[in-house]
Amino acid sequence: MDKKLIHWAFFILLFSLILLAVSAFSFLIGSSHIPLNKIIPLILKGKGTIEYSILFDIRLPRILLGLAVGGALSIAGVILQGMFRNPLVEPYTLGISGGAALLVSLNISLGLNQRFGLISLPASGFLGAIVVILVVYALSVKKGILKIQGLLLTGVMISFISSSLIMLIMAISKAEDLHGIVFWIMGSLEEPNPLLIKLMLLISIFGLIISYLFCFDLNALLLGEEEALHLGTNIERTKKSLFILASILTGFSVGIAGIIGFVGLLVPHLMRMIVGSDHRILLISAFLSGAAFLILCDTLARTIIAPLELPVGVITGIVGGGLFIYALTKKEPLII
Amino acid sequence: MLEVRELTCGYNKRFILKAINFKVRREVLLGIIGPNGSGKTTLLRAITKVIKPQNGKIFFEEKDIWQISFKELAKKVAFVPQAPLSYGLDMTVEEFVLLGRIPHRKVFQFLETKYDKAIAEEAMALTNILSIKDRPISELSGGERQLTFLAKALTQEPKLLLLDEPTAHLDIAHRVRILDLIKRLNNSFKLTVIIVLHDLNLASQYCDELILLNNGRLYKRGLPEEILTAENIEDVYKTKVIIKEDPISSRPYIFLVPDKG
Repeated sequence: MDKKLIHWAFFILLFSLILLAVSAFSFLIGSSHIPLNKIIPLILKGKGTIEYSILFDIRLPRILLGLAVGGALSIAGVILQGMFRNPLVEPYTLGISGGAALLVSLNISLGLNQRFGLISLPASGFLGAIVVILVVYALSVKKGILKIQGLLLTGVMISFISSSLIMLIMAISKAEDLHGIVFWIMGSLEEPNPLLIKLMLLISIFGLIISYLFCFDLNALLLGEEEALHLGTNIERTKKSLFILASILTGFSVGIAGIIGFVGLLVPHLMRMIVGSDHRILLISAFLSGAAFLILCDTLARTIIAPLELPVGVITGIVGGGLFIYALTKKEPLII
Repeated sequence: MLEVRELTCGYNKRFILKAINFKVRREVLLGIIGPNGSGKTTLLRAITKVIKPQNGKIFFEEKDIWQISFKELAKKVAFVPQAPLSYGLDMTVEEFVLLGRIPHRKVFQFLETKYDKAIAEEAMALTNILSIKDRPISELSGGERQLTFLAKALTQEPKLLLLDEPTAHLDIAHRVRILDLIKRLNNSFKLTVIIVLHDLNLASQYCDELILLNNGRLYKRGLPEEILTAENIEDVYKTKVIIKEDPISSRPYIFLVPDKG
């Protein structure tokens, strides 16, 4: 077999093992101490005990959500960085998170979540994301051509506008609402609704599969739009599809888990350094390691000062930022 | 093989090309010459569907190119850009050349077939870059990079090869090497070639036919000796030249006449 395939198989295996190990670690560690030797009897015994429900109703859903959100944000990052040929772009650059945060803050400060229940938070987050996507998209399409740089600038501006508006809302809202807004903005993998977790998993895996339909177009785009066109890529259709795909992945992630920063920037970049820029291996590597990274950060977030919990966004920022700077000093940064 | 009919196109409202008509027959090596800004590159970009014509049509193998999908067109038409950049591309020469197989892939085919690899190997052998196939593309010299881009284009197995000033910024050895290779591809592999050249003497030496563009219009088309006359050159380039016959190829050779005043 050829060298490249062995390489790729090795990477996939490695990242799968890391994901598995991190998940197992996260499953066994928590604020309520469950001794290791009790775990297997507990699982065999089945439902009924408190420990069992801690494992399967609290820890497992968080792991699954971490997997889904971490994977989704990472492949959205790979797609956007590839499309823009800019390593600084991340899923939130396009203003999607800003829009989501704005509507959620509005929701909380108007007290709508008390009237319509908790489900209204992810719903308004998702709605905000969709509105921003549509606005950014409409502003960047001229004569049927999606202007990539316009997309980026519009997205950044929308981010600024929404963060200003969020500050305005925070300034005039009550103290108890303020806490909710801040917590939502910092992101969390705590999600009481199992249906939403299943939905997020579905979206995430579906996104991974769809992204593979575009892996060669993304490879061709490494050479620039015109060269990609010469290699038979239907540029306009590809850019639009990729933008929509990345938006859906980001929109659902933000709606369900809030703004968990840095995953979509750091993971694609690190993976590009490790496995190279061929999207056939890059996408799956980013998905697996993004999932592992977020699960790990979430485990830290809920154990460091247990029984209290840190916002996971804080951990991804600190751990990710440190890792990133370390990687940059180790290897020449790649400008794709 | 290719027919350009009443082609008018440009960027925004400004027309670069105006009512261009010509036909390219199979297996010809056609040179496009003309001053800067005369529309040479724009013409190539129109043929590869980078820009849409405002008026007129382009037919490839009797079919309007806008009726052919990008992918189908890329299986038959390959393009080598002018002074290609590879800044920050993190792949080896071989990986890069294999990108030329992208248009030939089936929907769920993620890995290269033996055939893909054989074609890439052959293209690298032809362009004489087999010895550097494991080098990172970002570390190549200008000449090697141009050859690598040519190898990628050949890996597409095109019937029509378009080149936009492939010899710009290269030393004389690389110029001759690349043009000799293109001539050989044209002769032995029956490849139809359209090449934009700035150097009129190279165009004269290598091309079977020439198209002279001036201000977005087709000024004249014909054999090198018909196009490269002192009259035509002075009219289009506004430059005084003397033309002699090349002693070896008996093609026209152009000498510049500097203004001594």
